[in-house]
Amino acid sequence: MTVANTVEGTGIPSRRTGFVPVTRAVLKDPWAAAGAVIIVVFALVAVFAPLLTAITGQNPYAYHLDLLDDSGAPVGFGGGISPTHWFGVEPLTGRDLFSIVVYGARISLLVGVSATVLSVLIGVVVGVTTGFFGGWYDRVASRVVDVMFGFPVLVFMIALTAIVPAAFPRPLFMILVIGFFGWPSISRVVRGQVLSLRERAFVTASTAMGAGGWRVAFAEVLPNVSATIIVYTTIMVPSMIGFEAALSFLGVGVPPPTPSWGRTIGEAVGWVQITPMYLVFPGAALFLITLAFNVLGDGLRDALDPKGTRR
Amino acid sequence: MTRFVLQRLAGMLLVLVVIAVISFAVFYLLPANPAQLSCGKPCTPENLERAKEFMGTNLPWWEQLGAFLWGIVAGRSFGTGDAAISCAAPCFGYSFQQNASVTELIASRFPVSASIAVGAAVLWLLLGVAGGVVSALRRGTWIDRGVMTLAIAGVSAPSYLVGLLAILLFGFTLQWLPTGGYVPLTEDPLQWLLHLVLPWCTLAFISAAIYARLTRGEMIESMGQDYIRTARAKGLREPRVVVRHGLRNAIIPVVTIFGLDLGALLGGTVIAEKVFSMQGLGAMLIDAVHTLDLQLVVGFTLFSAFLIVVANAVVDLLYGFVDPRVKAAA
Repeated sequence: MTVANTVEGTGIPSRRTGFVPVTRAVLKDPWAAAGAVIIVVFALVAVFAPLLTAITGQNPYAYHLDLLDDSGAPVGFGGGISPTHWFGVEPLTGRDLFSIVVYGARISLLVGVSATVLSVLIGVVVGVTTGFFGGWYDRVASRVVDVMFGFPVLVFMIALTAIVPAAFPRPLFMILVIGFFGWPSISRVVRGQVLSLRERAFVTASTAMGAGGWRVAFAEVLPNVSATIIVYTTIMVPSMIGFEAALSFLGVGVPPPTPSWGRTIGEAVGWVQITPMYLVFPGAALFLITLAFNVLGDGLRDALDPKGTRR
Repeated sequence: MTRFVLQRLAGMLLVLVVIAVISFAVFYLLPANPAQLSCGKPCTPENLERAKEFMGTNLPWWEQLGAFLWGIVAGRSFGTGDAAISCAAPCFGYSFQQNASVTELIASRFPVSASIAVGAAVLWLLLGVAGGVVSALRRGTWIDRGVMTLAIAGVSAPSYLVGLLAILLFGFTLQWLPTGGYVPLTEDPLQWLLHLVLPWCTLAFISAAIYARLTRGEMIESMGQDYIRTARAKGLREPRVVVRHGLRNAIIPVVTIFGLDLGALLGGTVIAEKVFSMQGLGAMLIDAVHTLDLQLVVGFTLFSAFLIVVANAVVDLLYGFVDPRVKAAA
């Protein structure tokens, strides 16, 4: 960051938060760039899942019992890896593991990204309004955030799956539950930033020009918090993906036969010794996408960090 | 200091009541009907009515809520006459499916989960703080880079994946450790320890790296302060400077985060129980969800919320001892 580029009259280096400078900074960071590429690849895989599985003519639902031995374990190297079954097949059913992993990206990204969007929406609205308006509303909301912060959210999510009606679409339910429990962290960060922005001259100026409270809060203050929101959104996606996978792993998430990495890993618990590859492929997919989002989030934070220093 | 403690306790009580009311509202007032579920098939209207009367769900909601809250404080009973079931305080509900009070069920599973959680937390704090201090003091060396790389891998690797790979390596391939199950401490302390090594390391591996990263940042900042120079100038030995002056100040944010992570620790325990096939509280909760044992689900959820709120209050009070400024401000 150049010293010449400063906030007028203060000598404080300004933040270069425009789209182009940030993209350039992220691309210069090889880890963050690799993370971004992996995310794009996974997104493409999720969108074009039917095309990818069509190459070998497989789908995640068809049984291939002829590929299993008498105990239900896949026959052949690495859990039945072959030119038609790139990742081998699932024990007991013989379903194509490559198709399951490819289609699993859909539910993982769908739930992860949608839950993040929901969390960020609630968190930003609560954060901006509490920080900007203050008063008893802020005190109550802050207390709620305090309590929700340390909460055993996974236990609550599991418990809630007991009362959801069977007719309610499960992925939508998971998005709502995971999204609902995720908002406190971003709300607290946004509130902190709004608190300091509230005293700045441009807020006084627009209030003096007759802008109402809501307009100042969302049209003037909010855009100045956008960099923080972007970083937090990126960092939240992997934890949301992790919650979906954990619930499915525990057997209370996405119901079969919808492919889900977490559920496949959960089923692999009993097969670890016999066909470890059944664990390795979905596990690697889950690890890669989570790592990619975390590394990109780290890179974005460095690029947007006002201190401009690498930790 | 007394005022600080009293304030915290009052706040804690308020939070507990609010959580109990919300849990009650979510689980008992929604369409999922406990009487209907336990009535069985075929369910005649008379049987349903009897089940409702027995469970007390035929009463208006405020009376149900009152009985529910009072049960936690003083115990309660279900039904009347010879068939009555008493549920001693603290009564978190009664599982009609298993014919046992939720409190008893929790107590029977508690040692398993507590063994996993406490050991894992101790291990991750020790490893995390030590790793953070070492990488802060040896900034830029391979130790530092190694800890930071592990930290980001730790954040990204789900605990069940790490756990399963650990079982595969240490349990099946090397055969150093058992692959799962739980042996009570009172039965065989050595086997208890051996069965817990993998769950502890699995849960600690993920969190220790994050704590190392946090401690490292705080430690670097703390070691750059003037009071460190003063401490050195008065001739203190380096270990004393690092621990008493550097770490004492760096540890405060770590304590805060630890308080917040207790809830996640409970979630981690639920997952570890499935990975290492241990019959603890988490396994109980999952079973209860599958068998629609609603009373047990609600009771346990409430218990876990209470546990975390109380544990948080304890951490808050500890905070008052670690950080003199908290005492001064209260």
